[in-house]
Amino acid sequence: MQQDWIMGFAGGLMIGLAGAIFLLVNGRIMGASGLIGGLVDRSGWGNASERLSFLAGLILVPGALVLMRGGYDNHLTDNLTVIIAAGVLVGIGTRLANGCTSGHGVCGISRLSLRGIAATVTFILAGGAAMLFFRHLLGAI
Amino acid sequence: MVRNLFAALAGAIFGLGLLLSGMTDTLKVQGWLDLFGAWDPTLAFVMAGAILPMAIAWQMTRVRGGSVLGTAFPTKPDVRLDPNLIFGSILFGAGWALAGLCPGPAMATATFSGAGGLLFLLAMVAGMVAAPALKTRIARLGAAA
Repeated sequence: MQQDWIMGFAGGLMIGLAGAIFLLVNGRIMGASGLIGGLVDRSGWGNASERLSFLAGLILVPGALVLMRGGYDNHLTDNLTVIIAAGVLVGIGTRLANGCTSGHGVCGISRLSLRGIAATVTFILAGGAAMLFFRHLLGAI
Repeated sequence: MVRNLFAALAGAIFGLGLLLSGMTDTLKVQGWLDLFGAWDPTLAFVMAGAILPMAIAWQMTRVRGGSVLGTAFPTKPDVRLDPNLIFGSILFGAGWALAGLCPGPAMATATFSGAGGLLFLLAMVAGMVAAPALKTRIARLGAAA
């Protein structure tokens, strides 16, 4: 357990370092949902190549590492209904709220943005409530 | 070119950090949200680790005129908490709990999370396509209320 916390903190430092590079060098906020969402709804086509480059690094480099190390099980559910519902909710929700865990959680809280803090508290509480409902009351996940 | 290179570098470090932190494991994320089950506090350590360098970076933006590549730093958004922010975060939180995936880890695991992972991404993109129309409506409702 404590090993996980240390790895969590170390991985977190890397996530923050990535965000710091993207902010200080590129002048952009590292928000995963915004980077892809702007490509999807065309609002971010003005800097599409920068977005695509970020996403390429994000998708391909962990992919290469996992390939070299012989696989990784992310324990994703095999319930297709749950997967589709979850994906749609994450897609709509992050675009309505203009951010997700990286944009609001990491980049927002670190600049003491009221919106970032409010969004993070809200999605954690909503996630906790959903977990209580779907896992402990319905037994669906 | 340099801009794309640094964007790719940031994306790569972000992805490796997600992997190292365990946030690409849906069980660990669901464990964080499972307050009434086997609660896993790892995500709090990840957040603390990530906020530290970012807070320093934000401080550095105060003394620098702009980013290294010349783009102006993003301005602090309006402090108003609008209905879209709160309603959207509720929907996102629910989806996050259901599968244990948020957009960053969903993309970082895209090449190795099988058909399920790709299906999640497809559904997420579909949701992102639908969002702008809904957003305008919610904003209008919020203004009327």
